[in-house]
Amino acid sequence: MSIKAENLNYIYSQGTAYEQYALKDVSFEIGDGEFVGLIGHTGSGKSTLIQHLNGLLRASSGTIYYNGENIYADGYDMKALRGKVGLVFQYPEHQLFEIDVFTDVCFGPKNQGLSKEACEVRAREALQSVGLDERFWKQSPFELSGGQKRRVAIAGVLAMQPEVLILDEPTAGLDPKGRDEILEELAELHRKRHMTIILVSHSMEDVARYASRILVMNHGEKIFDAAPKEVFAHYRELETIGLAAPQVTYIVHGLREHGVPIADDITTVEEARNAILRLLGKAEQTEAKADRKRPDQARTANRSKGKADQRS
Amino acid sequence: MGIIRASKLIYDYIRRDEDDHIEEVNRAIDNMTVDIQKGDFVAILGHNGSGKSTFAKQINGILLPTEGAVWISEMNTADDSHIWDIRKTAGMVFQNPDNQIIGNVVEEDVGFGPENMGIPTDEIWRRVDESLEKVGMTAYRLKSPNKLSGGQKQRVAIAGVMAMRPECIVLDEPTAMLDPNGRREVIATLHELNRKEGITILLITHYMEEVIDADRVIVMDDGRIVMDGTPREIFSRVSELKSYRLDVPQVTELAYELRQAGVVMPECVLTMDEMMACLLPLMKACYPETVRLEGDA
Repeated sequence: MSIKAENLNYIYSQGTAYEQYALKDVSFEIGDGEFVGLIGHTGSGKSTLIQHLNGLLRASSGTIYYNGENIYADGYDMKALRGKVGLVFQYPEHQLFEIDVFTDVCFGPKNQGLSKEACEVRAREALQSVGLDERFWKQSPFELSGGQKRRVAIAGVLAMQPEVLILDEPTAGLDPKGRDEILEELAELHRKRHMTIILVSHSMEDVARYASRILVMNHGEKIFDAAPKEVFAHYRELETIGLAAPQVTYIVHGLREHGVPIADDITTVEEARNAILRLLGKAEQTEAKADRKRPDQARTANRSKGKADQRS
Repeated sequence: MGIIRASKLIYDYIRRDEDDHIEEVNRAIDNMTVDIQKGDFVAILGHNGSGKSTFAKQINGILLPTEGAVWISEMNTADDSHIWDIRKTAGMVFQNPDNQIIGNVVEEDVGFGPENMGIPTDEIWRRVDESLEKVGMTAYRLKSPNKLSGGQKQRVAIAGVMAMRPECIVLDEPTAMLDPNGRREVIATLHELNRKEGITILLITHYMEEVIDADRVIVMDDGRIVMDGTPREIFSRVSELKSYRLDVPQVTELAYELRQAGVVMPECVLTMDEMMACLLPLMKACYPETVRLEGDA
């Protein structure tokens, strides 16, 4: 399963004085089960791009292939595509409307033509996977807290069992704990169900922690497409286009400028901590703990530490 | 006596059924007493539902206390006759810039506040000039607000409040919808207004990095103040902050983790410069050949 975009252009007000490219010659391929971060300043074309991926917007020119099929071909089933590529908008809780949480989550599968029983099974599963306690299921969605509402909205998309989940800033306005909880749940969906996830975010820290690949948009063009380590190594260029790198990246580069033999591809606190401890000869007693906490992160941290050792 | 004062403030959200019987009472603020000094830059932290925004709405009388009282420059918010003076004294800026901009042109939007206050036209224009200058948006005065970036829109919203010549500005998560650049712009503007104009700033945010330059940080939980101090005092209590569903900036977290692992580190590191000043001598001791300190030739 993959999404392939070929030379996408999207032009607003084409042929008038206000003509403006929202997307300019954008091409990429996202493979099955990838966790991709999409970053860019406000107005860089991120939201326009993701609306193309499930056919909400139609490119002025260029093609999108979903599993090898051209979605612009005659007779292509757009409705089915929208079931496969789930899109969670910014502030999705504004779209909740049903009488209670459970009914709201059933709405998507019901529209797909599933039986009442099948809808309920889907809704139950979706609400469990976003970690919303069962005691809230019969409550009005409007009585929930911001983080809970956000979860219900995400569950509403999950209930359609998409193969690809695209989220536009799913943690905006949430407190740090709520933010971490939602991101962990997404990571879990990715790990357990092998779901492809595209995360649009303004938080470089979050993208660095969860995504294995980052696309950077600027003025409608894709300017970087690589692993977080490679993208954030360009932190000076990112700054010139209104972005930044995670704080630890700056520390690591500062240390390197002063001649400290630390690897240049560190992007998370855990990686930095382990690399610094190793450099200071204090690594042994604490690493086991970090490994238990975060197997994925510890693995990458070990990789980068390996490099640091070679250099020192 | 501070510019914003609350004494034993309690606020209940009360839900009633069709017959006006009380169905549910939700206590959002629970016995809060606070005194904020004129000219301070104060940040309020707290998880979603901790009462921050409810408190912000008490300050300019959008909500009135269930019990206790709030005074703005010694005016009680419950006193009807002061409400317009209170709103002139304490201006508010909200999260979504698109919900608070109404003019078709930037300068009209900024002039809306003073126009409503019945200020003479010449004076309105003077204030518009002045306010746009203060937030660094003069170059955009004839642009349409919907052509601006998020950070620029928020600065226009702040200029709109400034044009009413407030003594204090309350901002409820003004950067939640902005990209990193927009966030930096807005926070820098607030510090400048605080420093140059002496405006008291009350900033509600979920971004810990925005708080480190504040004079004072207040942490709320369940409608109460649970921590109150300088950023350094607050951010040195990492595990306590996490128990309130909050976080610390990445540098602070890294320093804390290193300290836990036995590295000699001060109790609280807030900035990258401080971090470098701590780490480099340690690294120099381990790698004397390669590491250069600032003082080295």
